[in-house]
Amino acid sequence: MSSGALWAVVLAGSLGCYLLKLAGLSVPAAWVERPWVTRVVEFVPAALLAALVAVQAATSGPDLVVDGRLVGLAVAAVALALRAPFIVVLVLAGAAGALVHVLTG
Amino acid sequence: MPSSARTATLRDAVGLGVAVGLYGVAFGAAAAGAGLDTWQAVATSALMFTGASQFAMIGVLGAGGGAFSAVGSALLLGTRNTVYGVRLAPMLAPRGWLRRAGAAHWVIDETTAMAVAAPDRELGRLAFWVTGATIYLGWNVTTLVGSLGAAALGETAQAALDAVVPAAFLALLWPRLQGSAREPGVQRRVALGGAVIALALTPFVPAGVQVVLAVVAVALAGRPRRTATA
Repeated sequence: MSSGALWAVVLAGSLGCYLLKLAGLSVPAAWVERPWVTRVVEFVPAALLAALVAVQAATSGPDLVVDGRLVGLAVAAVALALRAPFIVVLVLAGAAGALVHVLTG
Repeated sequence: MPSSARTATLRDAVGLGVAVGLYGVAFGAAAAGAGLDTWQAVATSALMFTGASQFAMIGVLGAGGGAFSAVGSALLLGTRNTVYGVRLAPMLAPRGWLRRAGAAHWVIDETTAMAVAAPDRELGRLAFWVTGATIYLGWNVTTLVGSLGAAALGETAQAALDAVVPAAFLALLWPRLQGSAREPGVQRRVALGGAVIALALTPFVPAGVQVVLAVVAVALAGRPRRTATA
């Protein structure tokens, strides 16, 4: 994607996200606080973040791939289960990914 | 207002700002990996200023996704800020359009959590503004650091960064699946559904589209319960 197109994405996304925030402070509460609206909004992050985890860890273009990223993700999951701080989780995942790269590269 | 409560609020707000700053480094580095230059990375943090949406946008761009998928995934994750705004409006009661426009920019997960957790309305307002200011400053500075740092990386370090990005998404997702979250079992079901849908669609749709389409996994949450609206 060209630099100009990236700027368009950044600015359009930013404007849209800002308007979503502003809407919350501006529209009558009854418009938003319907049971099905709040329910959908509550579960959107889980669906999207999990999709991003899967796509970032196990795909390359249209292909499903297994490489150091998946190993890093497994290490991260163990670290999170052990309640490691965020920075430790990232460092361990990165180290695992780099190790696999060195061993297989 | 007791000054000890005020001090505790200030301390928590600053502490949270520092903690969130660590995500900023990860965002800056991941943005560089997805092809954003340093100005674009910092502009995203300054103007979009909502972490999950920012990560989603560069996640889709990094996977080779198009503009509509990138913006669409950012907006889908941005919808929860609308609900936060509704919750915060009575507390903040911003007078005049200028103050409302300013307050809106800082309506995010962390400022909402801090404001809602405060013992009274005045401390809630203080918590909102101080948390917002600390995070805004820290988030933008660390985005810059992460973006510049990533540009200096070699090939092995790049492989490390590739493994850091999915781990960062997992770290964002993790607290939503734990027992302290509301309906963690349902959250897990939706998360698993989202991951499966995204992987299943990957060979068949343009890059990034599978992330946006994974939102249909929300249907696995089922109907709203009466108690959930109380």
